[in-house]
Amino acid sequence: MIERRDFLKGCLACGVTAATVSVASGKAMAAGSFEGYPDAMGVLVDLTRCVGCRSCEVACNNEQKLPEPDEAFDDMSVFKDKRRTTEKAYTVVNKYQVATEETLFRKIQCNHCTEPACLSSCFVNAYTKTKEGAVIYDASVCVGCRNCMIACPFNIPAYSYSSPINPLVKKCIFCYDTRVKDGKPPACVEICPQQVMTFGRRADLIKLGHDRIQANPAKYVDKLYGEKAVGGTSWMYLSSVDFDKVGMDGHIQNEPIISNVKDFLGFVPMVLTIWPALFTGVHLLATRNKGGHHDHEEGDHQ
Amino acid sequence: MHAVKRQMILGVTGILMMLVSSVCFGAGIPDKVTINSIQKYYAPVSFNHAAHINKLKDCGLCHHHTTGAQVTDPNCARCHKNSGAQATVSCKGCHTAEPFTPEALKQQRDQQPPIYHRDKPGLKAAYHISCLGCHEKMHGPTGCQDCHKRNDGGDAIFKSGKYAPKAPAKPKAAHH
Ligand code: SF4
Ligand code: SF4
Repeated sequence: MIERRDFLKGCLACGVTAATVSVASGKAMAAGSFEGYPDAMGVLVDLTRCVGCRSCEVACNNEQKLPEPDEAFDDMSVFKDKRRTTEKAYTVVNKYQVATEETLFRKIQCNHCTEPACLSSCFVNAYTKTKEGAVIYDASVCVGCRNCMIACPFNIPAYSYSSPINPLVKKCIFCYDTRVKDGKPPACVEICPQQVMTFGRRADLIKLGHDRIQANPAKYVDKLYGEKAVGGTSWMYLSSVDFDKVGMDGHIQNEPIISNVKDFLGFVPMVLTIWPALFTGVHLLATRNKGGHHDHEEGDHQ
Repeated sequence: MHAVKRQMILGVTGILMMLVSSVCFGAGIPDKVTINSIQKYYAPVSFNHAAHINKLKDCGLCHHHTTGAQVTDPNCARCHKNSGAQATVSCKGCHTAEPFTPEALKQQRDQQPPIYHRDKPGLKAAYHISCLGCHEKMHGPTGCQDCHKRNDGGDAIFKSGKYAPKAPAKPKAAHH
């Protein structure tokens, strides 16, 4: 994944080497300095509680009116692969063999970063970080360039390939339109039998997460993943094993991704003029990545 | 004297619980409890309370400190070592069915003491965490439908049974 971001940097940089650097983007200036909206909501995910029932996938499919899945949601054979989010599934649950006798499940969806890399990388401004914490997008302005897909440190945005001429970004929106905007919990959170996910104000959840570790230090690794990662995420995680063992990057940077890319963000208007070249580059990259071997999740032994 | 009072309390709370059938353990302790909080998708569970009591003996394993049983969790014991039987012992008496409404969140936030009760799971999770957790340890049934059969509404959202995907699953592309 890191390689993809580096590639994006390279790709953008070489396309515009002739231009002078000027960090004009307000977004870029704000890098690392944005604390997040005070009343932003979040979700505390406790991986130790998940039983892999896939009800969250069911709820998301239903709530977001997504297409019929390839197999029924009670088909547990899906766990033999490490799946990623797709245009048909904004959330997927994977199974990880974390020790000889121990497996953990992890539900994957957008983490709704405080300073989203997708938002920073999008030159048509399709993305918005709402005051409730959701990272949403306006698909009608999306040109399908896939910058966000490459920029995302969590490998989340997917594309509707069913429309090859105009592929649009598709990802979890924190059930913003139908729920979170009205103060209701997301559909996946509500259906989960184990309350793997606790919905609440992000600031409260940080405290809750640390309290949970403190009350049971033998059970949890002493880290609230997402409190700091890439500048903070709305969805945060507790685990009983190192996060690398459940397909997460345990050594992910604390600086927002935008810090890596702000040098070229000044060129954003320029990008419009070099769009065809950029797209070709991105396309090549996408093709190169078809095997998926750059995803760190692939490194996990089942 | 104390025992009589406790039985009376249990009697009252027993009515609050979703008890359905006869009572033989003494005042108000139900033999069977019908749990139907997710009946949109699943048939009700007829929980055999008596059998679980016989097997476990210790009420505190499920009811924490509320029945007056000796608590073993040191975190709970700090306040509830001698707090005695409570007026409310049913799961739904404390665990709310909708833990994430703005009101519930505020209440949870303002809760005193600010630590343990503030992290109290909702009703559905209280059942599942308690039941499944113990079933795993004691090698009881752990499949979803071992305890509650999915109904038509459940099949519809799980795209299972008569709602199963029609198109034969194509060989999946390795990765997108
Ligand atoms: S619904 Fe909850 S327990 Fe079931 S797979 Fe999703 S996160 Fe895990
Ligand atoms: S928050 Fe909503 S859109 Fe996101 S994974 Fe959960 S159900 Fe799907």
